[in-house]
Amino acid sequence: MMILSDVISQTIIFAVPLLLVALGGMFSERSGIINIALEGIMIVGALFGCLALQLFNGADQLCTIAPQMAVLIAILISALSGAVFALLLAFASINLKADQTIGGTALNMLAPAFAIVLTWSIQGQGQTTILIPTWTRITEDALGLKSTGGFFGNLIFKSFYITTPIAFLILILAIIVLYKTKFGLRLRSCGEHPQAADSVGINVYRMRYAGVFISGVLGGIGGLAYTIAAGSGFQSGVAGYGFLALAVMIFGNWNPIRILGAALFFALFKIIGSYSYSIPFLPKFTGIKNADYIYLMLPYIVTMIVLALTSKKSRAPKAEGIPYDKGAR
Amino acid sequence: MKLFRSKGFITSLASLASILVGVLLGYLLLIYFNSGSANKGIVNILTVGLSSKGKFAKVLYQAAPLVMTGLAVGFAFKTGLFNIGASGQYLMGAAFALYAGVVLNQPWYIALVGSVLGGAIWGAIPGLFKAFFNVNEVITSIMFNWIGLFAVNLWFANTPKMLANYWGASNADRTANLAAANAGSIIPKAGLDRLLSSPYMNISIIIAIIIALIIYVVLNKTTFGYELKACGYNRNASLYAGINAKKNIILAMLISGALAGLGGGLYYLSGVAQYTLEKVLQVMGFNGIPVALLATSNPVGIIFSALFISYIQVGGEALQPYYATEIIDIIIAVIIYLSAFALLMKAIIGKILQGRRSRKGGDIK
Repeated sequence: MMILSDVISQTIIFAVPLLLVALGGMFSERSGIINIALEGIMIVGALFGCLALQLFNGADQLCTIAPQMAVLIAILISALSGAVFALLLAFASINLKADQTIGGTALNMLAPAFAIVLTWSIQGQGQTTILIPTWTRITEDALGLKSTGGFFGNLIFKSFYITTPIAFLILILAIIVLYKTKFGLRLRSCGEHPQAADSVGINVYRMRYAGVFISGVLGGIGGLAYTIAAGSGFQSGVAGYGFLALAVMIFGNWNPIRILGAALFFALFKIIGSYSYSIPFLPKFTGIKNADYIYLMLPYIVTMIVLALTSKKSRAPKAEGIPYDKGAR
Repeated sequence: MKLFRSKGFITSLASLASILVGVLLGYLLLIYFNSGSANKGIVNILTVGLSSKGKFAKVLYQAAPLVMTGLAVGFAFKTGLFNIGASGQYLMGAAFALYAGVVLNQPWYIALVGSVLGGAIWGAIPGLFKAFFNVNEVITSIMFNWIGLFAVNLWFANTPKMLANYWGASNADRTANLAAANAGSIIPKAGLDRLLSSPYMNISIIIAIIIALIIYVVLNKTTFGYELKACGYNRNASLYAGINAKKNIILAMLISGALAGLGGGLYYLSGVAQYTLEKVLQVMGFNGIPVALLATSNPVGIIFSALFISYIQVGGEALQPYYATEIIDIIIAVIIYLSAFALLMKAIIGKILQGRRSRKGGDIK
């Protein structure tokens, strides 16, 4: 039973970054910009978020008085830095009408290199890991509860961070913004038929900037959420989660609720891999050396199978990837 | 002046401009992070590659696989596909080559054929997914980079003969030293190593250049190449013209993968490199992207851009311990970002020139 609660809580905490980043990608693509730079945006967000946490960890008393306040500020910094970084993509692909995948690839290359160079210069040579302070976790004590252990105590508090409720809030917000507001309708129209949107007075460029900006905000937060989930600190990378989030977005069919399902699904497969030794009914492959590689492959293989099976029904925004040119016929 | 109007000239000019800005920004970063060593740093980046025979040999040695991964990405670009999976194909190529050399005891040329095969298989998979399931090749390639990495590590970890410790070395986390396992599988040096007095030097760069020229001919002088490019320009039009788009997608990805795979073979059959079983993707595959972009996917241009990237990377190694070597990656990233603009600039220059020509003919738009 303990393993079950472990698996569930770990699945949730790894689903959070996937959900956030995939939602970000959704906003960008719904506006018509393919955001392959999500990986880089996550790294930049995580970098500055972790640096902020590190800052609070030092002389500042904020981490002892109101630790969650400090985490919230770090999240804001992550969001802001991710958004600023994403604007580089917006500028290249909206104003300059450059190829969106090429611009995104450049940013994906820039982010980890920049993170390494910066952490190097801050922490001294070779020291490229930024550790996450322990006070970021929400414990039972902090909420004035008695530590019970037990199934539910373990399920909720084993790895409970403020990013989880925030991600849930953002999901609800995303649904409302996308489907219940004027802004959401306009954003979607720019991804489907920008010429038509322009003809009724919608500023396509501004809408696309908004889409990419939101993806930067969510990608940045997602980067910090990933680093918190990974637990071993920030090491100038997010292990391909930005790309995995892209797959989650496609599997989720550019729809927030389905993206939530897809994120949980992929996170579950990842966690099954890392808990394969303690889950009784899973095969152990005892005759094979380094059998953990089999489980490491699992989420990617499952992704491919699922994408192959669902791609017939998949419906991408029609105008995504095409630079909007007012003069084009 | 016909030269100044030629497409190649404008392209090179645009690429040179982005390189210049990239290097300048690198210099500013050096100043920002450690102003005392900045001048020495930038001089190192720009000159170390030519400072000694040994360094130059290293530039050529690393350029060979870069030419191949650059060709892989560029070839796919020409056919309208984005092959971000060169990393996995490169690794698969390296794995097949090493297996052929170490376990099957084959000579180097058979091992290189193995690398082509390994890369081709791994490249064809995203093509198949795209053709039959309409899954974007970018996503498939990325997934198969990771699957390939773990598959190769699993494969080698369970093949005792592949590992260095079987052949008398102490490490179990890397592949066998080729000199100990099968000296015949090492790519011949043809006296080049004595010429440049460096063990890095062999004929791999010559092989890479020949392949680049072949790809140039295939793309520009054959019907097959024309069909592939037509699919890249406009899939619907080529379908209408009776070109089998599905077949072309698979073939294009297969060839692209084969090129990247050969790169892996060229790098790891040198006798100086040993593959380490880590959970890290092969960077060489990703560096093929800037190589291809800088050369706007022109196979001949790719030879030069690969030499350039390899050159500044060797220069960048001399940055330590004052700076992180990754400053070079920043420079390269900036260059790609700018090359996206360069494409736009090229289009504008082309339009201006075209406009002038049509006005001369009396045809005013």
